[in-house]
Amino acid sequence: MSVFALTIAGSFAVTAAIKALGPVALGGRELPTWFTSVVVLLSPALLAALVATQVFAEGDRLALEADTAGVAAGGLVYWRTESIVACVVVAAAVTAAFRAL
Amino acid sequence: MAGFILALSFGILAEDAGFSPVAAVIFSAIVFAGSAQFTAVSIVGAGGGAGAAVAAATLMNSRFLPMSAAVGPSFSGGPIRRALKGQAVVDHSWALSSRGDGTFDEALLLGASAIAYCTWIGGPAVGVLWGDVLGDTDKLGLDAIFPAFFFGLLLNELRSRRARGVAALGTALALVLIPFTPPGIPVLVASLASLVGLTRRARADVRERQEAEGEPR
Repeated sequence: MSVFALTIAGSFAVTAAIKALGPVALGGRELPTWFTSVVVLLSPALLAALVATQVFAEGDRLALEADTAGVAAGGLVYWRTESIVACVVVAAAVTAAFRAL
Repeated sequence: MAGFILALSFGILAEDAGFSPVAAVIFSAIVFAGSAQFTAVSIVGAGGGAGAAVAAATLMNSRFLPMSAAVGPSFSGGPIRRALKGQAVVDHSWALSSRGDGTFDEALLLGASAIAYCTWIGGPAVGVLWGDVLGDTDKLGLDAIFPAFFFGLLLNELRSRRARGVAALGTALALVLIPFTPPGIPVLVASLASLVGLTRRARADVRERQEAEGEPR
């Protein structure tokens, strides 16, 4: 199987298992506090790392590029307006503008 | 609207990463977990292996465990039916259907998810078709849509000082590792920042919030 097929099949298997396990095996039971406490913090950790690797890396080196500026602008717009549509549109527009220079 | 733009950009990003158009649509159709899909595709696109991509997707999806467990008692039917209904749990429909007392409106959750599902499959299909018409999608800055969306989600998460600290730690771990490790590894290692949640004060805060909300989250 190719890396693409494996990624899709693997993602499908784990997602289906996680979503099925919740209501059936754990339905109604309280999860341990330490588990919930870590899961709550997984989102900021992963999101921050994903944004950083997308925006500051070009392959295996660190680089500031057009999308760095675009995403920063999008973040600023989101912070002011709380509109995710405005955020992504501005990010794309600013990135395109920098590339056109 | 935001859902459609994202679904569309997922199709474009997946194609950039080397997925065939059909594979991109199948990915959305059978996985239906946007953040995990974007995570997996961006790791493959950066040259990472399927193992790292699936591991990162799993971590991203781990939040569905407490979320779908919370919904469980509100679902009717036997274990198999409830397991199938659990597949419909996504952030948006979960939040929308929460009654705020620990129970959930089953019909609302399934309905909201059904609409989101159609958008989620339609978007990549359009993105893949459009991709050819638009030509060089990089020129249009469309590759910035996904990190910008995640940046927006991240800003939402940064309400507490602890979350801000974890985000900063995750960023630092990822940036330090980028030059030295294969793609995908920096994100996986950065997830370790969430272990801050094991500290006594973090656990006490969770317990306090659970008691205040009266729901198992």
